[in-house]
Amino acid sequence: MSGHIFDKYLRREKLPHMWCPGCGNGIVTQALLRAIEAAGAAQDEVVIVSGVGCSSRANGYLDFCGIHTTHGRPIAFATGVKMASPRLKVIVITGDGDCASIGGNHFIHAARRNIDLTVVVYNNSNYGMTGGQYSPTTPLGSLSKTSPLGNIEPHFDVCSLAGAAGATYVARSSTYHVQALIRQLTAAVRHNGFAVVEAMCDCPTLYGRLNRQGDAAAMLLRWKEICLPREKARSASPEELEGKIVIGEFVNSAERPEYTASYDQLIQQAKAREARA
Amino acid sequence: MNTRYKILTGNEACALGALDAGMSFFAGYPITPATEIAELAAELLPRRGGKYMQMEDELASISAVIGASFAGAKAMTATSGPGFSLMQENLSYGMLAEIPCVVIDVMRQGPCQGVATLPAQGDLMQARWGTHGDHPVIALAPCSVAEAYFETIRAFNLAERFRTPVLVLSDAALAHMSEKVGLPEPGSLTIVNRKRPHSPKDKSFRPYADDGSGIAPLASFGDGYRWYVSGIIHDETGFPATASPEAISDKVKHLLGKIENNRAEIEAWEEYRAEDAELLILAIGLVARSAKAAIDQARLEGKKTGLFRPITLWPFPERRFAELADPCGKTLVCEMNEGQLAGLAAQLSHAKIIPLNQNNGRLITAETILQGIREAY
Repeated sequence: MSGHIFDKYLRREKLPHMWCPGCGNGIVTQALLRAIEAAGAAQDEVVIVSGVGCSSRANGYLDFCGIHTTHGRPIAFATGVKMASPRLKVIVITGDGDCASIGGNHFIHAARRNIDLTVVVYNNSNYGMTGGQYSPTTPLGSLSKTSPLGNIEPHFDVCSLAGAAGATYVARSSTYHVQALIRQLTAAVRHNGFAVVEAMCDCPTLYGRLNRQGDAAAMLLRWKEICLPREKARSASPEELEGKIVIGEFVNSAERPEYTASYDQLIQQAKAREARA
Repeated sequence: MNTRYKILTGNEACALGALDAGMSFFAGYPITPATEIAELAAELLPRRGGKYMQMEDELASISAVIGASFAGAKAMTATSGPGFSLMQENLSYGMLAEIPCVVIDVMRQGPCQGVATLPAQGDLMQARWGTHGDHPVIALAPCSVAEAYFETIRAFNLAERFRTPVLVLSDAALAHMSEKVGLPEPGSLTIVNRKRPHSPKDKSFRPYADDGSGIAPLASFGDGYRWYVSGIIHDETGFPATASPEAISDKVKHLLGKIENNRAEIEAWEEYRAEDAELLILAIGLVARSAKAAIDQARLEGKKTGLFRPITLWPFPERRFAELADPCGKTLVCEMNEGQLAGLAAQLSHAKIIPLNQNNGRLITAETILQGIREAY
């Protein structure tokens, strides 16, 4: 089964990929492919838009229409694609720096509009491609190439940010919790509105090494230890939540209108008014 | 032909020109003195089934415009100096990925906030060199409201023809002044649409392969061609080709060459009483209109003066300028900046270059230019 999906959706001639051994990006990318298959999206109706960074390079291995855009702007490019052709299923592949730092403004405003985009945030807690600098999701106290004495900046919770800004599907999983990740990504691709899935992702070469989190396998197992399902987190004490990452589905709502659908209504109104005049 | 006459402002003419050129998507961010273009797009686009979208900033505006063009829309944004600066990185994306779109820069007094409501010609070099790396640029500089309408249409046509972003340089005075414009029947306009591929919709499709014309056909997302492009230097497949020095060099040469090799099709200029001139004036936009009045007066005083006005500012019509300037021996360069064109003129011609710069938010008047002619002649 898996062989079938990979033959269908991977540009085999572009492999091997450029990621480091043990990188979590491959796990998130295969989960996304399984989700696209499960959601039943037609291959030539899918457009993948990515920014700049390690995870954004996934785009080139995938056999869909794709734009590898500039740093931080994939959601803005994707907005244009979707507006010009609303029938397309537009999926954004982005990293924690690309999405939550340089592209943060586009992220919250696209969420506010509730435009039908699926945004997959590969969160590896640092800027990998430039060599391991701290990002807006680097935990407090963590070491990075630009926080050699420990990071003093509090991090963004990407899911809380998306939910507060108006995203209508928001979920988080990790590279250890792959089945949950596939389920969430499938729901996100099917969702008609702004959907965000944050995938906690391993960078053993930089973030993991600098913070002595062990090899790739140890980093994977670490998610098992520190990730707490949302249902359990509800009844947990503040002490029990210390250092934990809450995973699960946070928002799944069909209440708010989707932006391109609202726009189509606006066009009908404008045309009707024009016809009367 | 059934011409309709209307009184329009420069901004209105840009918006109507874009609509008549086939614009179906506008993404923008409010900024003085360009905002009325967005307002008119917001009013008129939905009536025609098109879409206006107000973005969170100018970075998003140009990105959404390029994204919409990927999906087949004729798309435009309009801004002024500060917003134009913010668009520069993604403009280079459109240039490298060869995605057609139009950007109108309504120039205002700079730098920085400058004076938002007053005109200037301070963005001429930003239009040419604003983004990083060597890159192709087409920029058009209208001098009247009517020309703002027709040059916006030409901007769309050139963008579609050469697969590149095209800039229109207006200014705060042209944007807000009203003039009579004869609008042709929309059906009578020449409208260029991007060339579509006809090759098989399979793995053999190479989105950046030259079909012999120098410009590759452009498929829209969703029409059955499966293709990818990176903002990294790429080959004819659209995929990065950074390991090959030849591929890098070839890509840059292709981008520059498709403009350079087609100058005859892109360049436009106006000459006024230039044939027998002993003093040539170089000016663009509204300044050129002041220059014409000054030239008429100077000729009454026996001073044989003429005008060269690039309508296509970039690529600069260099050969014709040198042909006119060299025999004159003297060229008076009138511009509302500190000498952005004067330096270029000195490179292009053996003539003595006499700069006349006024950079105070006020249009250069015919009287000022006449005085300049008297001193220079």
